Amino acid sequence: MISQNNRKVVEKDDVVIKFVGDSGDGMQLIGSMFSETIALAGEDLSTFPDFPAEIRAPRNTIAGVSGFQVHFGFKKVLSPGDLCDVLVAFNPASLKSNLKNVKRGATIIVDENSFDEKIMEVIGYTSNPLFDGSLSEYNVIHAPITTLARETLKPLGVDNKTAEKTKNMFVLGMLFNMFNLPIAATEEYLKKRFAKKPHLIELNMLVIRNGFEFANTIEAIPSIVVPKTQLKPGKYRNIHGNDATAWGLMAAAEKSGLQLFLGSYPITPATEILMELAKHRELGVKTFQAEDEIAGITSAIGASFSGSLACTTTSGPGLSLKSEAMGLAVITELPLVIVNVQRGGPSTGLPTKSEQADLLQVLYGRNSEAPMIVIAASSPADCFYTAYETAKYSLEHMTPAVCLTDGYIGFGSEVMEIPKMSEMPEIKPRIAKARNDSEGKFLPYSRDPETLAREWAVPGTEGLRHRVGGLEKSDVYGEVSTDPFNHEKMMNLRHEKVQRIANKLPLQEFIGSADADMLVVSWGGTKGQVQGAVEEANQQGLRLAHAHFRYINPLPTNTKELLSSFKKILVCELNMGQFVAYLRINFPEIPYLQYNKYQGQPFTVVELVDKFNQILKG
Amino acid sequence: MGVIRNSIEKSAVQLTKEDFVSDQMVKWCPGCGNHSILNSVAKVFPEIGYKKENYVIISGIGCSSRFPYYMNTYGFHGIHGRAHSIASGVKIANPSLSVWITTGDGDSMAIGGNHFIHLIRRNIDVNVMLFNNQIYGLTKGQYSPTSPLGAKTKTSPYGTIEHPFSVGELVIGAQGTFFARVIDNNQAMMTEVMFEAAKHDGTSIVEILQNCVIFNDKVHEQISAKDVRDDMQLHLKNGERMIFGKEKNKGIHLNGYKLEVVTLGENGITEEDILVHDANDVDPGIHLMLAKLEYPVAVGVIRAASFPTYDDLMEEQIRTVKESSPIKCMDDLLNSGDTWEIK
Repeated sequence: MISQNNRKVVEKDDVVIKFVGDSGDGMQLIGSMFSETIALAGEDLSTFPDFPAEIRAPRNTIAGVSGFQVHFGFKKVLSPGDLCDVLVAFNPASLKSNLKNVKRGATIIVDENSFDEKIMEVIGYTSNPLFDGSLSEYNVIHAPITTLARETLKPLGVDNKTAEKTKNMFVLGMLFNMFNLPIAATEEYLKKRFAKKPHLIELNMLVIRNGFEFANTIEAIPSIVVPKTQLKPGKYRNIHGNDATAWGLMAAAEKSGLQLFLGSYPITPATEILMELAKHRELGVKTFQAEDEIAGITSAIGASFSGSLACTTTSGPGLSLKSEAMGLAVITELPLVIVNVQRGGPSTGLPTKSEQADLLQVLYGRNSEAPMIVIAASSPADCFYTAYETAKYSLEHMTPAVCLTDGYIGFGSEVMEIPKMSEMPEIKPRIAKARNDSEGKFLPYSRDPETLAREWAVPGTEGLRHRVGGLEKSDVYGEVSTDPFNHEKMMNLRHEKVQRIANKLPLQEFIGSADADMLVVSWGGTKGQVQGAVEEANQQGLRLAHAHFRYINPLPTNTKELLSSFKKILVCELNMGQFVAYLRINFPEIPYLQYNKYQGQPFTVVELVDKFNQILKG
Repeated sequence: MGVIRNSIEKSAVQLTKEDFVSDQMVKWCPGCGNHSILNSVAKVFPEIGYKKENYVIISGIGCSSRFPYYMNTYGFHGIHGRAHSIASGVKIANPSLSVWITTGDGDSMAIGGNHFIHLIRRNIDVNVMLFNNQIYGLTKGQYSPTSPLGAKTKTSPYGTIEHPFSVGELVIGAQGTFFARVIDNNQAMMTEVMFEAAKHDGTSIVEILQNCVIFNDKVHEQISAKDVRDDMQLHLKNGERMIFGKEKNKGIHLNGYKLEVVTLGENGITEEDILVHDANDVDPGIHLMLAKLEYPVAVGVIRAASFPTYDDLMEEQIRTVKESSPIKCMDDLLNSGDTWEIK
């Protein structure tokens, strides 16, 4: 099919587009603006920013390449996608480092002004890839984007340096044309962003319109049509994982009728949660930017003691610093939500990259036996529900709980159907009622016989004065005790209390046929890719089922039964095999296969399907 | 001792010491200075007059940190060095509680040093009782950050080669708004100063020179012993001249940029030459000199300056933002910004 100006019209179910360039060139901005527009046009989408740890890494180097990937389509979009249909590269380094992620035949848009010979030489191009035929498998559109942006603004007397900064807007205009998207939404976005600098709105809009017009003149630019989404009726928004976590905590506070307190120290990739919560004083949120990670969690423990829904947010290195205090929350049996947005490690590791390698740390990384709830979010929007549930179980069962996410879903975004607060599950904190002193001594460690949770006796309440602390407490009375049998009893009670939460959890589900040849197991932030890979493999003729775990500790009550019912089990995770090790501890009689990756990058559907084939076809 | 005005709810009935005595056996060594501190606190709480359930005592680790178990209040025995940050959370979450921290020179100056200075810098309205015995007692006699250079202890058998912190200097350096010093053998002054600490809006630090009878006995003897104390201690009273000595004939005079001890009647010195103590001065210059004075040692309230507190500013900010924001609940927030409907 040919459009009226001779451009090819392509229909696609879904599109993966990636913006790459220097980290100071506004890749995150163009990516966000493009995805907002896509979302408002009613497509389902998932995004993932991929950027270096440095704020302004050296220009024109491979290490300094910043990226933003958007996957959108009319069906449910499971992940930000693997290989690009469209790559927008603002310099040679970004083209070089991203070519491996591009589908054959994909459209590649490059700014030819950036292809300077010296720069190409430094990053290892022996000849100009735009002209040496090395890109012949792709539909390469090389345009003098910097020049075009400059020319657009020259008549307005804008200097070259300022004009060059709008080159990403020029490309945005081209893409709006390419994907038949309205420009109007972007104008709204710019109005908000540049409310205080209105002249910039006009400049940027002019460049976007020129980019749009420019695309009309290039026959090689396809006109891509993606059918309208098939999402079920409802009201939607696009949400980033870290914001979703923040909102989930706020929702839990509102539902439980408690004040939300966050004690936190900035750390990549978790800082956005602190920044988001700091905005919401209007809902009574108290954020405390602590002097260090330890003060982050211990201030939260203090706030929990005095009756708030208390949280602390961090990433792996910060979690290590919090370990001792996590034990304090366990022994004082106070509710506390610990959000760990995992990144690559060990030590400082890969701050802006993702991994699932803190699992054993959150399960076991404390002195002695210090069990706590662990729930792992499976996608950016699921961060909302996971944070909410973590808070719910922590409050109702009087035990600290970990909400485990990762940099990949924390930074990523997806379309979320807007929940209604009236439909969110009830949260009933176990707040002890005031008593008369004549009713006898208050017993802080007496428990609910069903859940084993103690009561939450909040300072300021009459008749409940008591002491808690890090020393072992006597059962029921809560006095300091070194009695050996009491200690053993308390160890068992703390363990059993967490295990009994399984009775409240939904059963573990799986997708696919019960007599499938293999059950693929995943957990946490890899759900999208693994589910996508299982679907793809099944279309290719394999017979796979998929079970994705969100509840890690305790595991759902039917876990063993489910796992035992399949001939083969393959556990896929972004670490050296931590969940599979945990399953081996719990259910040693079941044989497991494992597939692990630890490159700081998510799984790709292609590599997973290859692995499935290799196992089942040999 | 005056009246305390703040938002913490007062008790309708007059409480007594008995209302705060716990049923736990006090396990400090006989002769330990802590007994006298405990007694003073139990006496001053009814004087302060809040409802008994509004007091919270928070501690870290060390001998001083067993304190919460021995008072019948809400109590939290934390982990080493973290009392300050636990207390910060308690107070910020609920400003209508009266929050007290018991801590020691190791807990506050070494492992918890970071939290200590930041608590002070933020001026969170809590009261810190810092037991300074210049030694680690609970781990049986290692030197602490306040042990003097050369002190021989179990971990410094040849004498320490570390320069000690001066508590008052550190507090003032960290933007402290309240600093007082007392000695464990003067219960009357302790109660008086603790009352002043409660009255102060903001972080109050009371350094208690405390005797460890086992590992550092008589460490403060040169200034606390009955026969020398009047000559060695300068008992500061706000608005009064800095006069001391058995004969009440010695005083502190500002000579250039330094404090010096002068004798009334000698070299033409009259009362007019003696400094008048102004604890409320926002400028900490003289306070710092007083805190560091080695002879005589200044006791009583050295600094009580008025600055906004973190907890007040937090409540104020919440109030203001609530008034102006169109977002009143989570449903509002969830539906704010860019949203779209699929029909």
